[in-house]
Amino acid sequence: MVKRLLLASLLGLSASTCTDQRGHTQAVYMLVDTSGTYAQEVGKAQRIVNYLLGTLQPGDSLAVARVKTRSFSEKDIIAKVTFDSRPSQANAQKRAFRDKIDAFVKTVGGSAYTDITGGLIQGGMYLNETGAGTKTILIFSDMQEELDKVTVRDFPINLKNIRVVALNVVKLKTDNIDPRRYMGRLEAWQKRVEGAGASEWVIINDIERLDSMLRS
Amino acid sequence: MSNQFWMIWPDNVMASALILFVIAMPFLYAARKLVHELFRSVGYMIGGPLRLGARWLFATARDMKERNKVVLLAHGREETGQHIEREFERISALVTRDLEGYPALQRKLLEEITRVEEDYKKCGEVPPPPPDWVEAVTAISKVKSDTNEMVQRILEEIKRSVHSIHDKALGEYRRAYESRHKILNGFMPFWRSLDKTFGQVDKKLTGLQDTSSKIDAQMEKYEQINKKTDKAEHALTVSAFTQFAIATLVLLIAVGGALVNFKLIALPFSEMVGAGDYLTATLRMSDVAALVLIFLEATMGLFVMETARITHLFPLIANMNERMRRRMFWGAVVFLFVFASIEAGLALMRDMLSADRQALVQSLANSQAAPPDPLLRMIPTTAQMVLGFFLPFALAFVAIPLESFVYSLRTVGGAFVVMVIRVIGFVLRVLGNLVRQLSKVLIGIYDVTIVLPLLIERVVKAARAGDDGRESRPMKKAA
Repeated sequence: MVKRLLLASLLGLSASTCTDQRGHTQAVYMLVDTSGTYAQEVGKAQRIVNYLLGTLQPGDSLAVARVKTRSFSEKDIIAKVTFDSRPSQANAQKRAFRDKIDAFVKTVGGSAYTDITGGLIQGGMYLNETGAGTKTILIFSDMQEELDKVTVRDFPINLKNIRVVALNVVKLKTDNIDPRRYMGRLEAWQKRVEGAGASEWVIINDIERLDSMLRS
Repeated sequence: MSNQFWMIWPDNVMASALILFVIAMPFLYAARKLVHELFRSVGYMIGGPLRLGARWLFATARDMKERNKVVLLAHGREETGQHIEREFERISALVTRDLEGYPALQRKLLEEITRVEEDYKKCGEVPPPPPDWVEAVTAISKVKSDTNEMVQRILEEIKRSVHSIHDKALGEYRRAYESRHKILNGFMPFWRSLDKTFGQVDKKLTGLQDTSSKIDAQMEKYEQINKKTDKAEHALTVSAFTQFAIATLVLLIAVGGALVNFKLIALPFSEMVGAGDYLTATLRMSDVAALVLIFLEATMGLFVMETARITHLFPLIANMNERMRRRMFWGAVVFLFVFASIEAGLALMRDMLSADRQALVQSLANSQAAPPDPLLRMIPTTAQMVLGFFLPFALAFVAIPLESFVYSLRTVGGAFVVMVIRVIGFVLRVLGNLVRQLSKVLIGIYDVTIVLPLLIERVVKAARAGDDGRESRPMKKAA
């Protein structure tokens, strides 16, 4: 009886002192638009990735994927990593990740269409797999989705508990003619993302605001 | 509309209220005694327990104060006793040391005094007095020599002889005084030596006297404590408050040191136990591990101080036999040294990790920073290592203010609790009285509202009393 009690108390103690890794980590999935003329902006995307590498902590996850004609594929993930809990190992992983992104930036080419929805679905799946406490999708795009006739994306998607951040949403020539198009495009995306269960929809064009958002 | 259901006179609040009041007045008058009783009962019901509670709290505060006094005096007695014991140990060491050297000192003094005496006697040896021929010369000088040439010649011969003898005698006197001066000159070192020896004796005696006066003061304090006087209690309380303030200040400084220590080792610990593991919502495992190491160091420091008999927090350690105590002391010192070495290593590791992170950030920013001066790199690294090594030893001394803090906390905390209880008691008493007075005020207000029937009652009573008076007077007359 005493042994049982001792065992139960030990189990209780171990359960109460059990360490929790997942709840405190964050996972970031970054979509980089490489379609048409926006492919020229990839240098800025590289800077943001570098910034993320400098900001994310050991245990966090980061993946960078490209947005092209059809983006719902693991093949579109340029680099992904879950940083080791040891800072020295995490630093080595960050260096390797940076090298992969550098190589991608040098070889990137423009695609004919822009499948942002496919990238979002893929990103949501990746983030849910990581089990991180805070999940964020960064969309580095002008948010102008263009799909070919075969691709089907007009169905509800699931982005529950994921924060979606649109970065560097540049204005198109048509937006300059009629700014309502730009506003309407952003509103439509907000509606779609929030309808998909996203915890937050944010538009950031200043990288310092990204810092404060990632810390929150 | 629903708010106006009571209005007898629609849209006229004042008139409606007045009419209702007039209607209610007889009923209020009829219920007067009952309502008075009700107010009084409610006043006693609430005020009574409050006053009772206040009385109980005051009694508790008194008991607690007495208990605090007993504890304070007991602690003061123990402390003063230890102080006296230490002073006696000091005086014993002083006496042993000085008395050991006293025979030698006495011998030296006696030798010097004998020498001085001998020299003094030598000084007293004066040259022989002038011979008897002085009288003969005096007699000759009285001889008349104005006419006799022969006598004059004889006298001149005598004068010449006397001069030569005088010079000789004078020379002898001078030599004698010169030798005495030399002897007196020779006195000087002995006088100085005597002065020095007496100075030493005086110093030792003064030291002894000082220690004795300290013991006297402590003894007086001890007597005061034994007599349980208010003066002793006051002095001990003030001393405890001062000790508490000083100990708190020093402990705060130590906490600052511990924080610096924590900063030094938290990052390298994340390399060992991982940076992503959390014990609670905000507490990382690496931080907990670093804190545990710091607490272990502080504990080892505490054991070192206890086994060195500097602090007396654990009676078990104080009562250990000498051999065991020494073993424990060296064990704690070795542990402390090992922890300090680990910390120095961790501090170096922290520096390396920081440099690695810095390099990564620079490479991510694509900025090519100039390589730092090796000396500039070396200074913070060395400083961190030295800090990492010596901070655990510095933390060991926390045991001393901690002991003062713990002992003075009993007095300060006790006094604070007594004060809080008294304040609560006072508030309860005030509330109790307030409730009682409030019931009286409510009774008064109630009577004011039914002042009209009360006036009528008084008039009726007065009229009845008048009638009774008139009826009784004729009866008295008839009687």
